[in-house]
Amino acid sequence: MNIYFLLFYSFFKTGLFTFGGGLAMLPLLKEELVQKRGWLSDDELLNYFSVSECTPGIIAVNVATFTGYKLKKSLGAILATFSVVLPSVIIITLIASVFSNVTSLTSVQHILNGIKIGVSALLMKVSFDLGYHIFKKNHNKIFPALIFMSALFLIFICHLSCALIVLLALLLALGKFYFQRKKS
Amino acid sequence: MIYALLFYRFFLIGLLAVGGGATTIPFLFDLSAQYHWFSSNELMNMIAVSEATPGPVGINMSTFAGFKVNGILGGIVATLGIITPSLIIIILLSKLFGRLSCHINLDEIFKTLQPAVLALIINATIEITWLGVQNLISSCILTVLLFCMFYFKKSPIFYILLSGIIGYCLQL
Repeated sequence: MNIYFLLFYSFFKTGLFTFGGGLAMLPLLKEELVQKRGWLSDDELLNYFSVSECTPGIIAVNVATFTGYKLKKSLGAILATFSVVLPSVIIITLIASVFSNVTSLTSVQHILNGIKIGVSALLMKVSFDLGYHIFKKNHNKIFPALIFMSALFLIFICHLSCALIVLLALLLALGKFYFQRKKS
Repeated sequence: MIYALLFYRFFLIGLLAVGGGATTIPFLFDLSAQYHWFSSNELMNMIAVSEATPGPVGINMSTFAGFKVNGILGGIVATLGIITPSLIIIILLSKLFGRLSCHINLDEIFKTLQPAVLALIINATIEITWLGVQNLISSCILTVLLFCMFYFKKSPIFYILLSGIIGYCLQL
């Protein structure tokens, strides 16, 4: 079968059957890309994942772009990326079109109110895991703590936007990188 | 032009939200405060639906938010906006390094960004909990859910579905 069609098919399927995104996709991608298609090795997939986690953007999209590029250069990258988001666009558009009518139903409201609590718990778990990752596994604890405290201060007291906070952290990271390189 | 603005704002999110889905949420709260495209309550509904439907959460939320602003085309433009930075950056990275490995430089930069991202996510968590958990029963459910998450390592969608069922049964 045509490789472009297979790329489309594989990533469309991944987009359709992934719930939550991010790391939840790893087993699904492993089965599809490594075991079934043989496009990537286990190591390559893990590499793509670790790079995707520290580059901007949605992780699922980044992995799709990497794999598409490996197989068929830029065209493959674009095709794989579009395929992985297409199910979301279709499903959400359908839901959003009827959403305002549906939310007036009390039963839907009950379900949504329940899910909101679930989302809240999920985000608390995400925060905890990320915090654990930063402060337990890092040798240097003072530097991340300083960044964390100043980010909190800038958000709660100065009401800076998220974009500005990330940009400031990025500047700091580049500065730190530059000085370390100068020293060595 | 609304489409240009929509594309630009979601391009910015795609460019700056390092680490995936959860990081997108604080940026969306910023949008709701800045442009009044949707209220924070509508945003809460969008997040709830995005978590419970297939597809990466970040993409689902972008399509939903874009749709809310300007219908089907709005949803498509917002989604294109959030994936364009990834496409450009990943294609460039692939071109630059023939063999990819999480380069030590990238990793170092990420380590500095992470604590700031954590602060953003905590802020969004507080906001979402403030809006979504307003009475004693909800707080109890939240505590039980959190407890379960730490002790039984089930996938997030399990807890999302569970909380939806609890919401329906208890008429929250």
